[in-house]
Amino acid sequence: MQRIGVFVCWCGSNIAATVDVAAVSEALGHEPGVVFSTNYQYMCSEAGQNIIKNAIRDYQLTGIVVCSCSPRMHEATFRKTAASAGLNSYMVEIANIREQCSWIHKDKAQATEKAIILGRAAIAKVHLNAPLTAGESPVTKRALVIGGGIAGIQTALDIADAGFEVDIVEKQPTIGGKMTQIDKTFPTLDCAACILTPKMVDCAQNDKINIFAYSEVKEVKGFVGNFHVKINKKARYVDATKCTGCGECTEKCPMKKIPNEFNLGLDNRHAIYIPFAQAVPKVATIDPNACNMLKNGKCGLCAKVCSAGAIDYKQKDEIVEREYGAIVVATGYNPIKLDDYDEYAYSLSKDVVSSLEFERITNAAGPTGGTLLRPSDGKHPHTLVFVQCVGSRCSAEGKGKSYCSKICCMYTAKHAMLCREKYPDTEVYVFYIDVRSPGKNYDEFYRRAVEEYGVHYIKGQVGKVVPRSDGKLLVQGSDLLANEQVHIEADMVVLAAAIEPDKSARPLATMLTASMDTNDFFTEAHAKLRPVESPTAGIFLSGACQGPKDIPDTVAQAGAAASKVIGLLAKDKLTCNPCTAHSDEMMCNGCSSCEKVCPYGAISYVDKEFRMPNRTTAIRRVAVVNEAVCQGCGACTVACPSGAMDLKGFSNSQIMAEVDAICKM
Amino acid sequence: MNFSYYPGCTLKNKAQDLDRWARLSAEALGIHLEELETWQCCGGAYSMGKDEIASKLASVRALQAAKEKGQDLVTLCSACHNVLKQANDAMANDPDFSLRANNYMALDTPYKGETKVIHYLELLRDVVGFDNLKKAVKNPLKGKKIAAYYGCLLLRPGKVMQMDNPENPRIMEDFIRAIGAEPVLWANRNECCGGYAVLEDKAIAVKKSTAVMDNAADQQAEMLITACPLCLYNLTKNSASETRLPVKYFTELLAEALGVKE
Repeated sequence: MQRIGVFVCWCGSNIAATVDVAAVSEALGHEPGVVFSTNYQYMCSEAGQNIIKNAIRDYQLTGIVVCSCSPRMHEATFRKTAASAGLNSYMVEIANIREQCSWIHKDKAQATEKAIILGRAAIAKVHLNAPLTAGESPVTKRALVIGGGIAGIQTALDIADAGFEVDIVEKQPTIGGKMTQIDKTFPTLDCAACILTPKMVDCAQNDKINIFAYSEVKEVKGFVGNFHVKINKKARYVDATKCTGCGECTEKCPMKKIPNEFNLGLDNRHAIYIPFAQAVPKVATIDPNACNMLKNGKCGLCAKVCSAGAIDYKQKDEIVEREYGAIVVATGYNPIKLDDYDEYAYSLSKDVVSSLEFERITNAAGPTGGTLLRPSDGKHPHTLVFVQCVGSRCSAEGKGKSYCSKICCMYTAKHAMLCREKYPDTEVYVFYIDVRSPGKNYDEFYRRAVEEYGVHYIKGQVGKVVPRSDGKLLVQGSDLLANEQVHIEADMVVLAAAIEPDKSARPLATMLTASMDTNDFFTEAHAKLRPVESPTAGIFLSGACQGPKDIPDTVAQAGAAASKVIGLLAKDKLTCNPCTAHSDEMMCNGCSSCEKVCPYGAISYVDKEFRMPNRTTAIRRVAVVNEAVCQGCGACTVACPSGAMDLKGFSNSQIMAEVDAICKM
Repeated sequence: MNFSYYPGCTLKNKAQDLDRWARLSAEALGIHLEELETWQCCGGAYSMGKDEIASKLASVRALQAAKEKGQDLVTLCSACHNVLKQANDAMANDPDFSLRANNYMALDTPYKGETKVIHYLELLRDVVGFDNLKKAVKNPLKGKKIAAYYGCLLLRPGKVMQMDNPENPRIMEDFIRAIGAEPVLWANRNECCGGYAVLEDKAIAVKKSTAVMDNAADQQAEMLITACPLCLYNLTKNSASETRLPVKYFTELLAEALGVKE
């Protein structure tokens, strides 16, 4: 018989306001095997932990139940507490009476009753707990960074700086991401390229960093410290080791009317192209959907002009298999498509542009060489209207995003300010719901746009943009402060489109078994205390894949993710989870059901000699679990038809005991 | 193919053209529209009040009648379509409204929004198909630049109407292409004409319909087409535009293209 202690936590008022904690500790004190039961305001505090330690010693406890928050939150804390008092860590059970009880119920009597039932179930389980000892697994000292934007670049540089190898996988032909398309950065107005391109070059030159550009992650297997990843290197049809990036081929290519992604389709590129002059790696890529040679075997001009002999029309996609100890997700964001927002006439007029398109139009390396010209007729615009929150903070008819995209207020202030500075003859209007500028020197920046540069900020939304045949855009909006309708004859309208996670994020999350929220942003392990870790061990988050972020925030998070990775890779061994599966070979019939469902490849089979009745022997095929590889997911225990497979710490009998305790009312 | 058909009262008076050409064209396309026997006025604007129940019962009766015949219900007038579609949605998805309406109706089996309501344009797009319509056209309206005017009722609320993207629709433009003409793309095609405000404050109706007409004329349209009798009335009578483009029912052009307009 176990000697069990029960510790009921108030969690301040989080639990105590809805659950009668004294009644819970009183009721559970009468359960069989319980020799000590108490409650305390903060069981996780030092004083609370001391209550547990003292009780373990004073009452010779062999198992404890803590009725508190989710085991995600403090199971590790209480296991350490038990261990420090000489009790095996795995003799600790948590009854979650916060997330699964007090937070979701209103009626105190019912919540108290439920808390008691949850406590009873945990007590029933602890009766069957056995001490477990954790083993160790090695750590592969290399990290994978998925996404080569500023987030991925910063994370990779910081990890490499600590002396560990890093691979960057980027699906575009070059690293750099969205920041390469931006002209200037708020709040200091330094040029994005001037601060980003040196970092891109650092990545290329760092012998610890290996860049897989124009590549995608295809498969992820394994677990923290031991990931096996398949990377698909897409065919560029150019030998990257030979190409010098001279650009001769891109000039001679006859297919020159392909919309240029880098300039968001505002101008054209050739079928063979280098995205921009500072691309890393600076290697040409053939667009297979546009190249005549690849489509119908006619042309071959680029191969003729290439003095390095780098063109290879027969190149195939190549799968590379690599091992990693940690994986960082840095897949970034995209502006939403504006098809559902045609009240702003985005599809009707070329002079209605998104803010990212506006960046390209004002960028010295953009299609207009940095001169502000209207896309429709190339003329200088005199009146510009900026519309904020296009698709942000909008859940009407389910077409928008409910969240604030966070970066738009500041970049719109930047655009408006730069317009007025470079072209004092322009009138600039900004329609806003709220101006959100919390951040170091951010509000000062926005105030400058209003006070020094005379940008007209109008609180209110635009209802309609009507393009006229004379080229003017008739903007109709409301001024909520003046309580009147506003009509502006504009030459250009710039839409601050909401941002959303990159489309590749959702399938990647499935591969990594990393969780996401309803908007497809990756979820952090704890919103406040573990902001750069995914709940899945060994997976870390960097940049806008976790939520809308500007460059300063992204770089800060990238560094934080790197430091977490460095902390992991610095270890030689990781403590394994001892809650692993094991097979009862007397019951196993070798059917292979468990092997088929095991996501970690932890199960194999051996032929073993068994003594049968009548002093005979027989050779039988039975399952064996490699405990160093097993992650304790439990899939095999469910799949096993004969009930031979069981999970330590979560055995079938323990779970049935919990269910029985819940049902025994 | 047979469909139940709800013409609505305006189509029996002011908007007889909208109705007549629709029926003739449907026959030419092999579709038989069976007018419901005892339909009542949908109530137009009055039944859009969310808290009203009595004024929506006419719609529920029509929907129930189509259910009894086991047919989809085709509508034509934008206002009727909007009212019927919204009433149908409430019968299916608003338990409180559905219960109260069924209590009035006292049917053997309660009506729960089973009838599928489709607009005549959806009939052309989804049942006939614009490709087939194109093949059936005898007199393509070549070279005509036509502005499709959706107005406010045909597409919104988008979640209930589910006809097309309310801010960037294409169903009428595709129709115009199918009959051989050229659609004009213009911004005010889905703006309200102000028709509902004409009795209360005529200035609003004048302002709104003028903005619509001006925008269509500015984009070099030769005419506007609509499915709404109130829009047609308001644009013709109240627009103060210098250029007064003709406004026609889309069914008239359809009949012309199919060669059934005598």
